[in-house]
Amino acid sequence: MTDLLQHAFNGLVNGSFYALLALGLAVIFGMLGVVNFAHGAFYMLGAFGAFILLNEAGVNFWVALLVVPLALGAVGMALERLLVRRLVALDPLYNFLLTFGLTLILQDLLRMKYGSQPQPYPQPAGLRGTVDLGLFDFPAYQVFVLVFSVLVSVGAWLLLARTRVGMIIRAATERPELTRAMGIDVGRWISPVFGFGIALAALSGVLAAPMRAVSPLMGADLIILVFAVVVIGGLGSIFGSVAAGFLIGMLQALGNVYVPGLATTSVFILMAVVLLWRPAGLFGREETAV
Amino acid sequence: MRRNLIPAISTLAVVSLLAACGGGAGGPSGGGGKISDDKIVLGVINDQTGIYSELSGPNAVKAVQMAVDDFKAKHGDDAVSKNIEVIVADHQNKPEVANTKAQEMYDRQKADAIFDVPTSSAALAVAGQAAAKKKLYFNITAATTALTGDKCNKYTFHYAYDTYMLANGTGTTVTEAGAKNWYIVYPDYAFGQDMEKSFSTAVEQAGGKVVGKKSSEFPNTSGDFSSQLLQAPAAKPDVLGAMHAGGELVNLVKQYNQFNLKDKGIGLSVGLMFITDIHSLGPDALAGTKFTDAWYWNFDQQNREWADKFKEKTGSRPSFAHAGNYSAAMNYLEAVQAAGTDASDDVVKNLEGKEINDFFLRNGKIRAEDHRVIHDVYLAEVKPKSEVKEDYDYEKIVTTIPADKAFKPVSESTCKMG
Repeated sequence: MTDLLQHAFNGLVNGSFYALLALGLAVIFGMLGVVNFAHGAFYMLGAFGAFILLNEAGVNFWVALLVVPLALGAVGMALERLLVRRLVALDPLYNFLLTFGLTLILQDLLRMKYGSQPQPYPQPAGLRGTVDLGLFDFPAYQVFVLVFSVLVSVGAWLLLARTRVGMIIRAATERPELTRAMGIDVGRWISPVFGFGIALAALSGVLAAPMRAVSPLMGADLIILVFAVVVIGGLGSIFGSVAAGFLIGMLQALGNVYVPGLATTSVFILMAVVLLWRPAGLFGREETAV
Repeated sequence: MRRNLIPAISTLAVVSLLAACGGGAGGPSGGGGKISDDKIVLGVINDQTGIYSELSGPNAVKAVQMAVDDFKAKHGDDAVSKNIEVIVADHQNKPEVANTKAQEMYDRQKADAIFDVPTSSAALAVAGQAAAKKKLYFNITAATTALTGDKCNKYTFHYAYDTYMLANGTGTTVTEAGAKNWYIVYPDYAFGQDMEKSFSTAVEQAGGKVVGKKSSEFPNTSGDFSSQLLQAPAAKPDVLGAMHAGGELVNLVKQYNQFNLKDKGIGLSVGLMFITDIHSLGPDALAGTKFTDAWYWNFDQQNREWADKFKEKTGSRPSFAHAGNYSAAMNYLEAVQAAGTDASDDVVKNLEGKEINDFFLRNGKIRAEDHRVIHDVYLAEVKPKSEVKEDYDYEKIVTTIPADKAFKPVSESTCKMG
């Protein structure tokens, strides 16, 4: 039983990354209708941002955790203004291709500079070693990742559910035309929302640096899974993407223990089942489904 | 009269001197007619950008090119052909891509020999093409013993290392040193499965026991090994045997350290380690870990000299795969030189049974029976950071395992040369 709990807990930690990445994707998709393929690349840039700051400027993890998402969020806003916006009116495929191309460019630029061998990033001081969780002990850093991601997810939810800005974003996400008709300037919020989504990707990247390999391909490997998470949660559904993120992290971890051969495949099997049973995703509503 | 004589004589002298040199150039290259397509083509197939691109990758191509340059410089006008080309293909670690690329190289690009090919499943595909096209293949970076076992063929040679040599070196030593109970984690494809089998055998022969084993999918897209690691303590092993390679190994070791398995009494033993992996993790993450190395750049002066030349070309220190690629390319060209032709059968005849000593192959011999290239290998230990004196100075050589003890004996080989 303790074993089962430990594996489930471990799954939640892995799910943290899926949740944060899926949340960013969902927000962007909801507001702009853009499937941001470059999400994985920004996750990778987040990790590299932390790595570069540490090695070039001696900036520690905690500062990077704040600075990198803000900086990349700004880059995201610029990206939306300069490129994404011009293609929104066209077939969604154009933006998909744009962000896909961008991913390849970003990956190759970093590969040229750093090679594809993973770069080392130490665990932040203060979070080395393990903590006793009663039934079992667990690496302190992993526990921090889980707690932090839950806080960020709750924070994002409060922002969207309890503030005026959030209300506008939710309205614009679900009924852009109607919101516009109510006299609200939806366009004003598009760039900040895109930047926010990118910042979330960067944040998960910084969180991943001490735990996973910092390499140009780290995002490309992960993004396909995150797309599956978003689809399972319900495209554009904010709560759905977070819940599905944690759920799938857990499913994968338990799968790894009890049916090792199916661990990753199980995610896609689940996706197929969900699509057959509830085409809008577990938490999506039929009308928001595209 | 006399005044005119001096320039005339000196002109004559210069002309005859030139003629002498020219004669030298024209002479022995007469063997040129025996070189197919009037050129020798060396193909390198490997992972140019993925998880195995640092340990071999683009720098392995540079190493082969270095061998070509050195060969030309050494033989100058006596070289069997001055027209030597190096071509490259990226197989992305996929056997089907490797298969197509090898076919293309042999058929269309006129490759006489293919080198490198990491990823065992891909290497087996290339070996199959070599046998079918009757062209040479020198495997350097793939580890499976099948290349010199069940799947051996007349045109395939296995350089540098294999899973038997790694297990025999590391598995046996670590078990005999007291770590009797092993928990093995391995990637689920040809290489990993072969490693798991070789290590299990070596551990059991040394009086140890494999108390648990877990595979991980390959490639591991989430980069997460925590499930495999969390299951280890329940089996109460003395040591965790990590059979992953390259970027995956780096991830696994990182997580091994985070889960504090060392404090739970579970040591770490790494099946296959390249110096590029130690560089990625930083020596402290691996300090004290013993592993078997096919070659180490800072072992002695001879190795260092080559490593210095390599650094000039690439900016970094060579892994054993880089050195192995150079040595294989050089010895291939020397065999062509000696045979006077690049016709595969003649070159194979020259290579079989040959004893070689160069900076890479110490007490080296190309076994005619199974085409395993044997040589001295080394049991190495990762230095703690405090002992590292320069970049890439990460290894301490504990013992040298002599060539005839390092590899699977011919008597145990399942190879049937057809």
